[in-house]
Amino acid sequence: MQLWLIPLIPLIGFAINGIFGHRAPKRFVNFVAVGSVAISFALVLKAIFALWPLETGYVEQGFTWMQSGDLRIGMDLAIDRLTSIMLLVVTGVGLLIHTYAIGYMQHEEGYARFFSYLNLFMFFMLILVLAANFPLLFVGWEGVGLCSYLLIGFYYERQYATTAGNKAFIVNRIGDMAFILAIFLIFAQFGTFDFAAVMEQAKGLSPETTFGAISLITLLLFIGATGKSAQLPLFVWLPDAMAGPTPVSALIHAATMVTAGIYMVARSATLYQLTPCVMELVAYVGLATAVFAAVIGIAQNDIKKVFAYSTVSQLGYMFLALGVGAFSAGIFHVMTHAFFKALLFMGAGSVIHAVSGEQDIWKMGGLRKKTPITFATLMIAGVAIAGVYPFAGFFSKDEILLAAHHHAPWMYWVGTATAAVTAFYVFRALFVTFFGSYRGEAHPHESPKSMTLPLIALALLSMGGGFLNVPHYLEPMFPLDHGAGHDMSLVLISLGAGLLGITFAYIFYVAKPELPAQIASSLGGVHRLVLNKFYVDEIYDFLFVKPLMKSSRSFFWPVMDVAVIDGAVNGVASQARAVGRVLRAWQSGSIRTYASWVVVGSVIILLIVSVAGGVR
Amino acid sequence: MIDLAGGGVPISWYLILSAILFGIGATGFLIRRNIIAVFMCIELMLNAVNLSFVAFSYMWRQVDGHIFTFFVMVVAAAEAAVGLAIILTIFKNRGTLQLDRINSLKN
Repeated sequence: MQLWLIPLIPLIGFAINGIFGHRAPKRFVNFVAVGSVAISFALVLKAIFALWPLETGYVEQGFTWMQSGDLRIGMDLAIDRLTSIMLLVVTGVGLLIHTYAIGYMQHEEGYARFFSYLNLFMFFMLILVLAANFPLLFVGWEGVGLCSYLLIGFYYERQYATTAGNKAFIVNRIGDMAFILAIFLIFAQFGTFDFAAVMEQAKGLSPETTFGAISLITLLLFIGATGKSAQLPLFVWLPDAMAGPTPVSALIHAATMVTAGIYMVARSATLYQLTPCVMELVAYVGLATAVFAAVIGIAQNDIKKVFAYSTVSQLGYMFLALGVGAFSAGIFHVMTHAFFKALLFMGAGSVIHAVSGEQDIWKMGGLRKKTPITFATLMIAGVAIAGVYPFAGFFSKDEILLAAHHHAPWMYWVGTATAAVTAFYVFRALFVTFFGSYRGEAHPHESPKSMTLPLIALALLSMGGGFLNVPHYLEPMFPLDHGAGHDMSLVLISLGAGLLGITFAYIFYVAKPELPAQIASSLGGVHRLVLNKFYVDEIYDFLFVKPLMKSSRSFFWPVMDVAVIDGAVNGVASQARAVGRVLRAWQSGSIRTYASWVVVGSVIILLIVSVAGGVR
Repeated sequence: MIDLAGGGVPISWYLILSAILFGIGATGFLIRRNIIAVFMCIELMLNAVNLSFVAFSYMWRQVDGHIFTFFVMVVAAAEAAVGLAIILTIFKNRGTLQLDRINSLKN
């Protein structure tokens, strides 16, 4: 079994496209970029079939990365059932999105650069999910963050794109710092970094009733996850990340990278099960994020922003699942969400492509007939996210909500209400885009085949993906709580919530389009609050960014940087020059002077020797 | 003090003479401008050293010092042959023996 080939192939693709791509024809770039991901996908399938049924993990030792005393950190890759799902999602959805990007990026500058970054992302993401120890996971974690930064700022000549890239990178630093502290603490606590060894030791411990060492570890891990997976309070970077090209939004900021936090928490499930109070916090944060982002989503007018807030909200659902102990439901939702959210983004990209770059849904409209395939697939994605039976979202969302009900009934009700809001705002965006009459100036047209075929493939997955029984598949790792049972009435209520949301959206935006404006004006301040995303960015700006800028201008720049650091650097240089000025005079080039110094030196040495009494 | 050859000339006298010769040689090397004079001063220093070698050798009744002296003389002879040839060539080419004027490699 050669697991190391799975991430290596995209890395080679990155190297080829990065070095030769800008001179090569586009067909060559396509071949390398899509081909490398396709090979990776095939290798993943081969590995899973070879190791089937994969009930226990398989670890492949690579070369030793660091060695110190007894500690060995190796480039060890591991595959188990959890990893296999992540691998299939990353390479499978990744392959579809790479194919889609061929069509989407056709007329863009920096074609090869785009695909080389995308391949680099695949490499780091595969390292992240295949890693068998925390440091290697961290390598992948930082690597995908780097690629995210590079791709958000892909249109680097536009100010807002580079700003958004910086914002994503800096906000993620906060979470990453907590994550790396957690890794140190894990070593202090368990003396090893390997997942298997840590979890084995953790199994022998009893749950912490108070906030102890393990609680601190899981809390810090969770803070790391809130950065990468865009949870309260660190979610602010994700909506801005939509400045990147749409395939990037679909691949990195919806389907794969942002689910890394969920994967990491699920990977550390044994630790989390020891710390009920942190689990409770995870559930609260997840639920709060789900509600908060869903409410913001109602008032967004940029089609990608709507889906971005929807992603934040759905990630909140996943953390809710983890928090209430339904790890397998969370991973299930990661998978189905990857299908329908990637589809939503790619459909949005297809729409944006159709109307020549316009992203405001109020400048679209009536696209139903002009872009029929995009319309049909986006509708499928919409009902899937709304949780309508038998589409994919229904099954995973249902698992989460039932687990939440089992944990605390009020969480179920809040989650169900959020599901209704989710259905409402997604269909608001879809109805405004596709119904009514066209309000823009471009000439809408359907996208090329390389874009529509991946849309159709993902639409099929969004329809049928729910029937893959992921929680059952993950049972060897995360035992199911059969006591919970499937209460039919709860299932029907959450299903009804989704349908209710769709109905309201239909009434508001198709049947009676004058209603929303009336309601908005009657709500007044609340509407303004939602429209401005609860002023979260402004609050952060006031609390963190402005004070930092101010202290930098008044203190850190003129004092620390200019006076201390530059002063030290320049001081060393000018001292060296001053010493040189003195020494330079000695090298006159006159032999006689040199000889005089030799004589003077010899005389001095002789005097010293004779005064000191000589050598005996 | 070891009695040398019954003549009663103490070793220190030899060494003092050697030091005086060496001092004259060194001083001449430093202050003279003429290449020939500088060259002669170098010979003087070498022979001052030879003198102390021989004196010590005689004092300890060992031949090591004599052997060194012969080596120095051989080297000095070789040096004189090469050095005088160089000096001759310099004079032919440049028409001067002033050391300070022969500085075309500087700058």
